[in-house]
Amino acid sequence: MGIVVFFLAAFLAIVSALAVVSQRNPFVSALGLLGNLVSLATLMLLLDAQFVAAAQVIVYAGAIMVMFLFVIAYVGPRGEIGPGTRKPWQVVLAVVAGLLVVTQIVLVVWTTDFGKPSSIDDAFGGPGAVGQAFVTDYLLAFEGVSVILFMAAVAGVILGAGARPKRLTTDQVLAKEGEAEARRRAASRAAIEAAREAEPGEAR
Amino acid sequence: MSVGLPFYLSVSAILFAIGLVGVLLRRSPLTTLLSLEVMLNSVNLTLVAFSRQVGGSDGQVFALVVMGIAAAEVVVGLGLVVAMTRREMVLDTDELRSMSG
Repeated sequence: MGIVVFFLAAFLAIVSALAVVSQRNPFVSALGLLGNLVSLATLMLLLDAQFVAAAQVIVYAGAIMVMFLFVIAYVGPRGEIGPGTRKPWQVVLAVVAGLLVVTQIVLVVWTTDFGKPSSIDDAFGGPGAVGQAFVTDYLLAFEGVSVILFMAAVAGVILGAGARPKRLTTDQVLAKEGEAEARRRAASRAAIEAAREAEPGEAR
Repeated sequence: MSVGLPFYLSVSAILFAIGLVGVLLRRSPLTTLLSLEVMLNSVNLTLVAFSRQVGGSDGQVFALVVMGIAAAEVVVGLGLVVAMTRREMVLDTDELRSMSG
């Protein structure tokens, strides 16, 4: 049973990852990533990591994907850019790099003896065990992530707020008003001169 | 574990390579970010698989930290995409070369 679930989830994960990379429409890519995330959560459940699998679905599929879909909808058809003007040698090099990574890792992994998986108790992978590790051994990493998330939130607000008009000092405002006043005076002076030119007799 | 560790690591390697090719080849910043997510997730699978093999929670903690960093990275990346859209710039990473030497 577990073997069937593993191969099904692995197949779905790889197919959906290919969809993410190959689709032209970013909306379809995002939906492919959603399938990839759920398949990976299934694989994590097979590895007895219930809490990480749940967090994967809630945080990634819930929060991050909603953000992605929102921005893709905001950008609209401008986001649709295919591989386009990539030169053939660039495509070949990229695929060769990917294949090299795969062959290297697969060769190492299948020629190494990892031994038997260690035995685990019922608490393994639950929120209790993971949470305890977080607040004891990995407290610094935990706090670091919270600081980074806060910085990212501030950065997102600043980037999303866009370019606002520059704030001027009082002197700059007065200078601008003075320029405008001078322009108005010049314009009315020019108008009066023109009127005098048009009817010289009446003006004298 | 019904199947051995090498199976999980191989799936993870394949997903990582797919994401790598996507990052290298795609020009839309949105698709590049999505490919990056595929890479990060494949590494998460590796961490969880090794955590099960060793029998400790360390790998799972690391995977959760990676998720938090990925969320922060997505916020900044999508903020850049929104800012580019507002400035009427082309959403093409090949066109963003004003800082190239």
